[in-house]
Amino acid sequence: MARRPSMKSVETKYYEERQQLFDQLRGLDRRSFLKVSAAAMGAALTQGIQFTPHSFQPVQVAYAEEAEAFRFAYISDSHLYDRKVNERFVRSLLRAVDDVNRMDPAPDFVLYGGDLAQLGKPEELDLGAQILQNLKVPVRMMVGEHDWFLDMGEKWRALFGEPTYSFDHKGVHCVVLLSVLEDDFWTVRGMTPMERMQTVAGLDNGIQSRFKVGEEQREWLQKDLASLADNTPLIIFSHSPLYKYYRAWNFWTEDADEVQALLQRFKNVVVVHGHTHQLLTNRIGNIYFHGMLSTAWPWPYAPEGLPELTIQMSRPDPFNPNDGCGDGACRVYTDGLADKVYNLWNRNPVQVTRTYMVSNGKQGLPAMPNLISF
Amino acid sequence: MQDDVRCQRTLAKPWVSTRFIFLRFFSFLLFLQILLVVYTFFFFCPIPTLAAENELHGALAMDQQLARIEQLLLAQDVTKPPPHIDLAIWAAIVPNDNTLTAERIALGRKLYFDTRLSKDGTVACATCHDVSRGFTDQRSVSEGIRGQLGQRNAPTTLNALLMQTMFLDGRAPTLEEQAKLPILNPIEMGQASPEDTVKVIADDPEYQQMFQQAYRRVPNYDDLARAIAAFERTLVFLDAPFDRFVAGDATAISVDAQKGWALFNGRGRCMTCHPLNPSNPLGTDNRFHNVGVSARKQNFDELATQALKVLAKEDSVEAIDRMALETQFSELGRFLVSKNQADIGAFKTLQLRNIAITPPYMHDGSMQTLWDVMDHYNRGGEANSFLDGGIEPLALTEEEINQLVALMFTLTDTRFAEANQQQMERQRQVAQERRPFREEALAFRRILPFEQRVTGHENVTTGDQAKKAAAEGEKIVEQEKHDQQQGKNLENRPEGQETK
Repeated sequence: MARRPSMKSVETKYYEERQQLFDQLRGLDRRSFLKVSAAAMGAALTQGIQFTPHSFQPVQVAYAEEAEAFRFAYISDSHLYDRKVNERFVRSLLRAVDDVNRMDPAPDFVLYGGDLAQLGKPEELDLGAQILQNLKVPVRMMVGEHDWFLDMGEKWRALFGEPTYSFDHKGVHCVVLLSVLEDDFWTVRGMTPMERMQTVAGLDNGIQSRFKVGEEQREWLQKDLASLADNTPLIIFSHSPLYKYYRAWNFWTEDADEVQALLQRFKNVVVVHGHTHQLLTNRIGNIYFHGMLSTAWPWPYAPEGLPELTIQMSRPDPFNPNDGCGDGACRVYTDGLADKVYNLWNRNPVQVTRTYMVSNGKQGLPAMPNLISF
Repeated sequence: MQDDVRCQRTLAKPWVSTRFIFLRFFSFLLFLQILLVVYTFFFFCPIPTLAAENELHGALAMDQQLARIEQLLLAQDVTKPPPHIDLAIWAAIVPNDNTLTAERIALGRKLYFDTRLSKDGTVACATCHDVSRGFTDQRSVSEGIRGQLGQRNAPTTLNALLMQTMFLDGRAPTLEEQAKLPILNPIEMGQASPEDTVKVIADDPEYQQMFQQAYRRVPNYDDLARAIAAFERTLVFLDAPFDRFVAGDATAISVDAQKGWALFNGRGRCMTCHPLNPSNPLGTDNRFHNVGVSARKQNFDELATQALKVLAKEDSVEAIDRMALETQFSELGRFLVSKNQADIGAFKTLQLRNIAITPPYMHDGSMQTLWDVMDHYNRGGEANSFLDGGIEPLALTEEEINQLVALMFTLTDTRFAEANQQQMERQRQVAQERRPFREEALAFRRILPFEQRVTGHENVTTGDQAKKAAAEGEKIVEQEKHDQQQGKNLENRPEGQETK
C-alpha cells in the first residue's frame, strides 16, 4: 500500500479521500451497495469474535515465538478539570480504571502516562489521585507538562513522589523519565504561574520552548543504565515521544538524539509515550516507540512527520465523544520487545505486534480500522 | 405441620369443645368448596365475552382498526412519493423489487391486521402496532401468543419507513427483513417456520388472488414480508403543528413550545442525538447510545461476557432476535448485534415524531411520561462504564422541562390531535402524582453520580429513587402479566393502577 504524501494539509487529504469515496459509490446501484454493506458487516462480525471486549485481550496471540514475561496496562492523558467543570473527563478516567480492573488475567501494574490534570491545579491532581485509588493493581506514575508548570511539580511530587525513577520487573529494566522540561521563557516575560501553565498547555505558540529531558536527567539515566548488560530488556516511559515528530505541537523532544545515543548499545529498547493521543508507532534502529491513547480526546495526526510504521486511526467521529479515546496494554516478551494493544472505546481494539515491529511492517499487519485515515 | 399438632391437642380436650371444633372445621370445608366452585366457574367461563374476541392482548379489534386506518390514510397516488418526502429520498428507500403499487399495499394491509399469521390466531402486526394507540401497544413491553411478555417496548410503525435500521438494536436493515422476524419469534407470533406461516394463508382464494396481483406469484414468505413493508411505507405521519411553526407560522405552537425549541437546540443538548431538520425529519441520528436505562437493572460486564460465549456458538439473526426478546441479554442492546464494547447497553435513538402518543418510553417502557424522560436526561442518565460521552447533567429548571415537554407535544401529526390532547392531560396528571426519575441534586451537579468513587467517602448514595422506579416498572410488567392471565382487558383497568 502506498504511503500518503506527507506535505498535504489535513483538509486537502480529507476532501481528496471523500471525493474518492463518492467516486467509488457512484458506480454502485442499490443492490451492490447493500452487498458492500453486508460484506462490511460480515467482516466486522468476524473481527468481533476474535476478541473478548471486556478484557480487550485478543484471544489468538499470533507470532508469539518468544516467551511472554509479563503484561502491563496503561492509562494516559486524562486532562482532568475540577469535576464540576468537566464531568466527562472524570467519567472517562473512571471508565479506564474499570477497563483495567476487568482485564483477565490482571496486568502486573498500570502505567499512568502523564497529563493527569489539565492546568496542574491541586484540586485536579487530588481528583486524579483519588480516582486512581480505585485501581486494583499497583500504579506507576509519570508526569506530563499539564501536571507540572503551574507549581513546577510541587503538588505532583507531594502526591506521587519523584518524577524520575527506575525499577526492575521480571527481568526487564524500566525507566520513567520527566521528558517535558522547558527552558525558562516565563521570568523574562513576567508571567504568573497560571500564564506559564496556559502557555505550555497551548499548541502552535512560539513563546514556549521545546520539551527536553535535560542534561541533569541524561546524566542520571547514563548512571542508571551503566551497570546493565547490553542484552538487558529495557522499557523507557516518557510523556513526550522520545523522537522528533512535529515541532509546532511539541510532539517532540529537543534532546531526543542525545537520549537515543544513551540507549544505542542495548539490543532491544521499547519506549512507551503519552502526549500524542493517537495510534502512533515508530522504530529507530533498536528502539521501538509506541504512543498511548488519551482518555479525554484524540489529536489529529500532524500534517507532516508521521512515522511510516504507524497504523493510522481514521478521523475520530466528532459526534461521539469517546471515539478515538481509550486505554490499553503492553504484552512484554523476555527479549524486551512488546505487543501493544490499543483499546479504542468506540472501535475494535488494534494490536501492534512485536512481529510487525521487527519485520518493519512486512509481517503481522494488524487489522486496519475500516475507515479511511486523514 | 404446626397447625396439625395444635389441632390434635385441641381434639384431646372435652367433648363439647371438640364438637365445636368439628363444626367449625366442616363449615370451613364447605367454605373452601364454595370457593372452588366459584373459581372453577370463573376459570372456565368466558368472562370477557365480547372483549376477548375483539380486543385480544389489549389491542383494538382488527375490524375497528381497519375502519380507522381508512380514515387516517389520505387518498393519493401511491406510485408517487408522499407529500413531505423528496423524490430522491423516496427512490433511495423503496427497494427496486418492492416499488409501491395499490395491489401490494392492499395485500400488506390485509396481512398487517390478520391474526391468522400467529400460531394461535390471536396476534397480528396490529396487536402491538395498534392504529388506536399510536401504532404501538402503549405497554411497557409487548405481549405475544399465550400472553407471553417480551423484554422490549414496541416502537411505532409510524414513519418507520424513514429509519435506517429496524428494531431497537437495529438488527434488521429494512422493513422487509423486520417483518419476517416477529412472526417466527416464539413469544411474539410463534410460527415455527416461514413455510408454516405461508401454509396458513396459502389455501385462501382471496390471498391467492391478491399475491398473484401484487407479485405475480403464489403466496410465499418473502412476498408476504414485502407486502407488509409496502403497506408500512404508506404510514407517513409528518404533518405536525411544529412543521407549520418551522415553515413560518409563529402561532402554530405555544410560546412555551417555542422556548422549548430554543432549549432543544441549546442547553438541552437534545439535537445532538435527535437532529430535527429538513434532512432529518424524524429527529433521530439513527445511531445507538447507552443513556443508562439498562444500568438500572443489570450488571453489564457480567452479561456481556456471558453473551459473547453464547453468540460465539450461534449468531444468526434469529438467535439474536430470541436473545433480545426472551433473555436478560436484551439489556445489552446493540452489543448483541455489533459485539462492539462501545455498544453495551446502547439502543437506537428513536424518532421524536408522534412521541406524545407512544408512551411508555425507553427500550423497556420503564418511563410513563415525557416528564420522566426529561428527568432522566436532566440528571445525566444513569452512571455506568459505557454511558455515552454526550450524556451530562443538564441543569434544566422545572419551567424549562415543561417547555421541552410542550415542544414534544407539538410533534404529533394533526390526524392524531385528539389522542395528543388526551395524552397531554393524562401524562400531566401522572407527572403531577409522581416523578420517580427527578433528581435535582444530580441535575444541578450538587452531587455527582461518581462522588463516592472520586472522594472515597462511603454513604454518598445517589440514584436510589430511580432504581426503585425501574423496579416498580418491573412490578407493572408483573401486573400486566397477571391481568392477562386473568383474561382482563387492559383498557378496563382503572387508571390509577399503573401509578400505585
